[in-house]
Amino acid sequence: MTSLPQNPSAKKLGLVIDLDTCVGCHACAVNCKEWNAGGHMAPLTDLEPYGAEPEGVWFNRVHAYEAGDGAAGRTVHFPRSCLHCEEPACVTVCPTGASYKRAADGIVLVNEDLCIGCKLCSWACPYGAREFDEDVGVMKKCTLCVDRIYNETLPEAERVPACVSTCPVSARHFGDLGDPESDVSKLVASRGGYDLAPDMGYRPTNKYLPPRARPTPAPVPAAAAGEQPTGLLRWVDRLLSL
Amino acid sequence: MKPALSVIFFTTLSGLGYGLAFWLSLDWFLAPERAGAAWFGGAGMAAAIVLIVAGLLSSTLHLGRPERAWRAFSQWRTSWLSREGVAAVVSMPVLALIWLGWVIGASGALWTILALLGALLAIATVYCTGMIYQSLKPIAAWTSKLTTLVYLLYAAMTGAFAAAALASWFGFFGGVQIAVAILLAGMLLFAKIAYWRRAAGARGLTPEDATGLGRIGRVRQLEAPHQTDNYITREMGFRVARRHAEKLRLIATGVGMALPALLGAVAIATGGAAPALLTAAAAAALVGAIVERWLFFAEARHAVTAFYGAR
Repeated sequence: MTSLPQNPSAKKLGLVIDLDTCVGCHACAVNCKEWNAGGHMAPLTDLEPYGAEPEGVWFNRVHAYEAGDGAAGRTVHFPRSCLHCEEPACVTVCPTGASYKRAADGIVLVNEDLCIGCKLCSWACPYGAREFDEDVGVMKKCTLCVDRIYNETLPEAERVPACVSTCPVSARHFGDLGDPESDVSKLVASRGGYDLAPDMGYRPTNKYLPPRARPTPAPVPAAAAGEQPTGLLRWVDRLLSL
Repeated sequence: MKPALSVIFFTTLSGLGYGLAFWLSLDWFLAPERAGAAWFGGAGMAAAIVLIVAGLLSSTLHLGRPERAWRAFSQWRTSWLSREGVAAVVSMPVLALIWLGWVIGASGALWTILALLGALLAIATVYCTGMIYQSLKPIAAWTSKLTTLVYLLYAAMTGAFAAAALASWFGFFGGVQIAVAILLAGMLLFAKIAYWRRAAGARGLTPEDATGLGRIGRVRQLEAPHQTDNYITREMGFRVARRHAEKLRLIATGVGMALPALLGAVAIATGGAAPALLTAAAAAALVGAIVERWLFFAEARHAVTAFYGAR
């Protein structure tokens, strides 16, 4: 059913991504690919994996940006994946009921057995979260590792999305963003976490933590013309000037 | 957006089919002198139904799993695509009955109501098609009532020229019908120019908005996430070169609107059935519609391209 849940639970599972600490290593994307190639949405098709132009379906893509100019500018690594929005137009445009938002925890999923591969959901997503699998003929997307986070056969510490478990710098956090007392909610509050493209009106669940402000580096002092060194430096200056 | 030929042929051919069906349904009231012209009405309605079915079949080529297409009728509560499918399926038996009515020369209140229903369903189906695109917020150029208006006017205009050409083949002079077609071409020209003017000013997502990094300063992509193209960049990243777009706009308006109107005006001026002129007008209108529909997709920028540095 592509109508959004009438009485959604307060629980809103999602990710918090720290753009200050992300180093752009792509480990999250690779571990996502590894887990999901055998997970809920498997297979995660690759076309020409060993050819000249390999390509495939990924749920997580890591961009790198330059923001700002000069001394104030900085490089920001930016993982992009499904934000599990509260107003997911990708779900409501679906003609078959294959796309749905879970009432229990807000995860947005695709039922591969119902999907006709019309691709309209991918057009409706401004974040590019949905990728069409040409081999299987259906749409694929991030499942928030629904087959890990509730998986009682895994040790409790591993019941987090694959991207979160693998991040070497702990730039990715998983939790209930509907609970203001949860660790992720507190993190978002303390760091000024924000929504991507809020004007689009999709109300993403995932939040991004902005890069921390850095002290402006002191300007490099230019050697003033005609300035005379003193002491030992004066002696060195004279020696070098011979 | 990638201009998929299956979708272009679907929207233009089924649009023409619904337009033709609309005018032939209305002929019941507007052109009583043609009532009983079984061959005219029968051939016209049959052509309309064939065009609609051809368009619908073409649209299923776009699907990854066409054998499951029937599932698309279920989510009419939220999905304009589903509503379009339902409207198309509901209208089909009504149009088939109208075809039967023409063939057997039926008349009376019941048949008139049926014809009116057919005309309304034709409008409703094309309206749903337009709304599929109009409701997609990530494509700023489409999020305007002009999008659906243009879809409706194209169906009405291409259908009107086709109906006028058909009437002329069967020896009817549809002066009023031709005049209506010319009027629709003029309205379409205005609507399309208004669409283009709005699209030029439509502010799509910028890399600063998309990433939220505008707080630091201007954002440019340093490194893309992948070296080769993928589904997202191919499907959403298609952009037509500006100079080609300008030429194609001239073809869409010149060949697709001005030329059919001119040919129609000559047909009225010569005051008789002019099958060659009106057939050429109908063909030109369809060619223009196909060019315009290609541009409709090719010129539209999707929000996700902002993550790849487009603005």
